[in-house]
Amino acid sequence: MRELYESTIERLLGDIATPEYIRAAESGAWSADLWSALEDNGILLAGAPEAAGGAEASWSELFVIARAAGRFAAPVPLVEMLLGNWLLEKAGIGARSGVLTIATDSALQWNGDRISGELRQVPWGRHAELVVAVVGAGAESAVLLLEPAAAENIVQGTNIAGEPRDTLQFTAANVMASAPLPAGLSESVLLTGGAMLRSAQMAGALTALMELTSGYAADRKQFGRPIAAFQAIQQQLAVLAEQTAAANIAAEAAFVESNDHLAAFSIAAGKISTAEAASLGAGIGHSVHGAIGFTQEYTLHLLTRRLWAWRGEYGSSTFWSKLLGAHVCAAGAQNFWPAITHAQQQQLIVPTQGSPL
Amino acid sequence: MSISQFNYSTIPSEAEALRADVRAFIEQTLQDYPAVKRAYSWMGFDAEFSRLLGQKGWLGMALPKRYGGAEASPFARYVIIEELLAAGAPVSAHWIADRQSAPLILRFGTEAQKEKYLPPICRGESYFCIGMSEPNSGSDLASIKSNAQRVDNGWLVNGQKVWTTNAQHSHYMIALLRTGNKEESGRHGGMSQFIIDLSLPGVTIRPIADLAGGEHFNEVFLDNVRLDADALVGEEGNGWGQVTAELAFERSGPERFLSSIALLHTAIKAIGPEPDALQAREIGRITARLLTLRNMSLAVTRQLSDGENPAWAASCVKDLGNVFEQDLPEIVQVLVEEQPQVGGGSDHAQVLAYLTQMAPSFSLRGGTREILRGIIARGLGLR
Repeated sequence: MRELYESTIERLLGDIATPEYIRAAESGAWSADLWSALEDNGILLAGAPEAAGGAEASWSELFVIARAAGRFAAPVPLVEMLLGNWLLEKAGIGARSGVLTIATDSALQWNGDRISGELRQVPWGRHAELVVAVVGAGAESAVLLLEPAAAENIVQGTNIAGEPRDTLQFTAANVMASAPLPAGLSESVLLTGGAMLRSAQMAGALTALMELTSGYAADRKQFGRPIAAFQAIQQQLAVLAEQTAAANIAAEAAFVESNDHLAAFSIAAGKISTAEAASLGAGIGHSVHGAIGFTQEYTLHLLTRRLWAWRGEYGSSTFWSKLLGAHVCAAGAQNFWPAITHAQQQQLIVPTQGSPL
Repeated sequence: MSISQFNYSTIPSEAEALRADVRAFIEQTLQDYPAVKRAYSWMGFDAEFSRLLGQKGWLGMALPKRYGGAEASPFARYVIIEELLAAGAPVSAHWIADRQSAPLILRFGTEAQKEKYLPPICRGESYFCIGMSEPNSGSDLASIKSNAQRVDNGWLVNGQKVWTTNAQHSHYMIALLRTGNKEESGRHGGMSQFIIDLSLPGVTIRPIADLAGGEHFNEVFLDNVRLDADALVGEEGNGWGQVTAELAFERSGPERFLSSIALLHTAIKAIGPEPDALQAREIGRITARLLTLRNMSLAVTRQLSDGENPAWAASCVKDLGNVFEQDLPEIVQVLVEEQPQVGGGSDHAQVLAYLTQMAPSFSLRGGTREILRGIIARGLGLR
């Protein structure tokens, strides 16, 4: 299935998500036709059960969808929809169609009936029909399905790449559905899942960046020959290739090792590795491109601005490094190597981003 | 050559099943082995330990059973060597023979050569070194001048090799020698590989002290060394191709990113269970980089296991891995307020002192950083 998903989404995004299309989305347009195409081709609900119209794809299969979303800078909350529906299914609420997003950073008060407070940094919050969030702590925590339309106010914001990151403010609003957070899942499950998904998107964007940059270096001539002929350029592109390879495998490991319970230890490592590759890779891409890469007209920034945004979303490299490092030190030196060989079995406790209201 | 060579691969269960045994063996055998010696990594020499590994059946594992091997997958060997390296076990005696020489002889050697050389390698009794670099041929390996000339029933070898790791402890050297004229056979032609018995008359080995006073590498003088006809490995004139194939085995293994792991162990001990924010962040970053490098290395092992040629991907692993193992002493020395110390001092201080001084060699041995990046760029179609 993985190959089929990959070829389907790459064809779709290649056809629709052209640079002009992405620029229009960055200017505020909702990418309705792209969303419909993803829906019609079974991408949006790929992870959902067959009864809900899905294909029950595992995270290891969904990896290629998330990576392609990054590679083509897809200007829609595709990965958020995959994760939101995964949690709705786990909680027994059931996957939904429509435009669905997630919120990890929240300050909510819920009395079991009406909801008040705010959801922050919600991807495409202004365009979404549904938003999934987790409220409460410990045994009291619950999965909520909310409607942005029920928000009293939406404060629009965008990240560096012009992707909507909105704040939804609710006052005694209706909750569409709710269920206790399933056993074995942490209140931070959406944050952890979000980090995993951003890792795959960064791996995809880096892959596109590497292709664009080596193509440019082969075409662009200075001093009478392609700049790719110069060792100084070759050495930079070699580092870019290494970082792209590292990002791809780090992200893939996070997905493949996640099944019912997201593998937080591997996801942390994946987010750190991809975030650091993003910083290095974006720098090399611009360095090799020179002034043309700094223009709005050229397409490099469609990738680099996303890398600069995504590396920090759902926990920066520092956020995840501190967690991972504290875990490793607490476990002691004698347990360090066994943790490396059995990363999947490590129980990393991830705090939530939200705060109580 | 592309990023798609790096596919996440797990260790098959039959190989993974070896891990508990080798861990228990190491724990028992190296109970009192000091931290500073663990820092020697694959430069730590102990023939007795190598023989013990041979008895366990953990050397030459991928070789056919008739030569003493286990016909195991490359993953089985991977599990064994990563456990040995992570523990800092003294593996240097058999290291080159097990990693490089045995696969080379298996692939290019005659039946008689396989029968002669492979069983003692599997027993941990026969040690090899690699004769590539020369005083005027380092990164530009194709410019070697040491040569073998055909004489009655054999070869006559003259020249000099340098930076030959472990030559003083080895029984044999697999040497790359010029057998043809560079002008006639092209830049990469006219070279052949030979197995040189280092006890032969005309071989002189002189250790070269490194900057910390250790003696790992050597000068090897070859003065009218008379070799039998069967000393040639593989095809005459095909030395360059054979060496290039050999490097895929050499460049992707865990020894390319675990050289400083002893320091990580002492640092975590020195930091204790409650790191400050900076220590937690740096240890976390290191952990992530190590996990990712291991996943890359396993992806290359998968390709070796599938019979593909992962030379390009292996270069990526080596370069990234060398940067990592060189970064460790640099990161740790500003993370823990403990000065490196050569004589006396804590385990951590001694390991830090040793690895700080050894780190420059990590990106020299097996191909320099610049050469590797050049290979990677060529794979990208840039050269």
